[in-house]
Amino acid sequence: MDYIQGIAVLIGINLIAVLGLCVLTGFTGLFSFGHGGFMAIGAYISAIVTAKLNLPFSVAILAGGLSAGIISVFIGQLTLKLKGDYFCIATMGFGEAIRIILNNTNYVGGARGWADLPQLTTWVWVVGLDIVCIAITWNLINSRQGRNMIAVREEELAAQMAGVNVFRYKMIALVFSAVMAGIAGALLANYLQFLRPTMFNMLKSTDLTIMVIFGGLGSISGTIVGTILLVSLPEVFRNFAQWRLVIYGLAVIVIMVGRPKGIMGGIELTPSGIRKILAARRAKAALEAEIKAAERGDAV
Amino acid sequence: MDQFLQQLVNGLSIGSVYALMAVGYSLVYSIMNFSNFAHGSVIMLGAYFGFFALTRLGVPFSVAFFIAALGAAAVAVTLERLAYKPLRDRRAPFLYFIITAMGASIFIDNSVIATIGPTPKTFPSELLPSFFQGDPFTFGELNIGRIDIAMFVVAAICLALLILFIDFTKMGKAIQATAYNMKAAALMGINPNFVIILVFAIGGGLAGAAGILYGMKYQVFPQMSAITLKSFIAAVFGGLGSLPGALLGSLLLALIETFVSGYLSTQYRDLFAFGILIAMLVIRPSGIMGKNTEDKA
Repeated sequence: MDYIQGIAVLIGINLIAVLGLCVLTGFTGLFSFGHGGFMAIGAYISAIVTAKLNLPFSVAILAGGLSAGIISVFIGQLTLKLKGDYFCIATMGFGEAIRIILNNTNYVGGARGWADLPQLTTWVWVVGLDIVCIAITWNLINSRQGRNMIAVREEELAAQMAGVNVFRYKMIALVFSAVMAGIAGALLANYLQFLRPTMFNMLKSTDLTIMVIFGGLGSISGTIVGTILLVSLPEVFRNFAQWRLVIYGLAVIVIMVGRPKGIMGGIELTPSGIRKILAARRAKAALEAEIKAAERGDAV
Repeated sequence: MDQFLQQLVNGLSIGSVYALMAVGYSLVYSIMNFSNFAHGSVIMLGAYFGFFALTRLGVPFSVAFFIAALGAAAVAVTLERLAYKPLRDRRAPFLYFIITAMGASIFIDNSVIATIGPTPKTFPSELLPSFFQGDPFTFGELNIGRIDIAMFVVAAICLALLILFIDFTKMGKAIQATAYNMKAAALMGINPNFVIILVFAIGGGLAGAAGILYGMKYQVFPQMSAITLKSFIAAVFGGLGSLPGALLGSLLLALIETFVSGYLSTQYRDLFAFGILIAMLVIRPSGIMGKNTEDKA
């Protein structure tokens, strides 16, 4: 039971970071390979606040999220004007730079890692923050800000012509995702009670982005499904310890090649979303019936 | 002064291997406009092919070298056919290519860990040609390792052949034309599919050569594919998609790295590499030699 609970907590923690990336990648169309770095900032700041300053956990979460957010403003100023591939590469560079700096900072344990952190992350914290974060993300996407972000994703030039401040909305999405990653990092640090810079390497950043794409770009419920599947997949295959990452890599290729929209791209699992899918199905069936009828008519 | 020369020699030898790797990134980028992050895994597989050809098949070193290059080229082309071609046919955005490449990289690296194991393997020196046996050459205070000379010479020959191929053969011109404008090239009767396979084969072959050289200098291990990220930085530094840029970027990056680790500290070496990457992207994203393309949205 403890084992399953452990996986559930890990899903909950990752979900917060992935929801932030869902806004950045799924709704604004920016791809980052550096969010492991923001998670690392959140994790280490929160560890400093709880283990060295002995302040309450709520302060640590707040500090972790805020410091990741503040650093993301600087990074955004430098890199948000870059196009496509180059933004990806720049974020990757930042993520790795943060990891290397942590590797060489002895105050937080350096490359050897930092053990014996206080265990403060509880079920209540994770589930509570998950609900709050899902609600905030949902409201953000369905607000004017969210619609402007989608406009930026769909057609940057057209959005700019229509008066959307493209840079501003990209920045909002980046800072939002960084704060979420920072919060997730803070929870992770005080759950695992152990931190090491390699935990936040490029593979971690890629993992987070893969979860968003696996679940489906532009879908919050898809993001949730993707996170649950991809965090638990390696755990389910733990018996074949060596092969689990092989299966993971294969799953990523298969979904990219076979179902490019992800599991639920652009679809939300809400009553209205399900109604929309069913209506589309009915319309398709009706159209097919009509075509068949027409074919029969021609035959007669 | 001696230390300066020593660092220069080290930088040139490692830079020439970076260049062999970076060319693969750049060639693919010039045609398909995405960063092929699976390239590092192809390099790693090339090193393993060479190692096993030498130790298990017992072939001479020169044959093992070609097995490494051909094997890596075959892997690169297979990857293109199975993973990238369906995406190309669908005109998927660049992001799908990058994620697929990442997935392929995770798949290949962990397949190697699961089957061969994570322990590093060292090339047995008794199986290498007699040139590699013996002490490094010394000129006064200066030491030049035998493998360093081999790395530089082999890389220089491979890259010279590549430049001759690109500039003076019909196929090379087809690559240039496709890189300039794929649609127009296709209208002129150049088969883009053929050019793409050719580019992956060349990049893969050079990756195999780089892999076996790198494995001889250090060791052969599954995480090699992550270390090759440096050559990717070099390609960005020189200008993605530009062949001379990849060469120049590789040499410059390697020199900066060796001088930083020689005069400052090895711990700052990687920080410098990523710092240069970020600075370059901020100041001039298209790199030293890259074309300054305007985004037409």
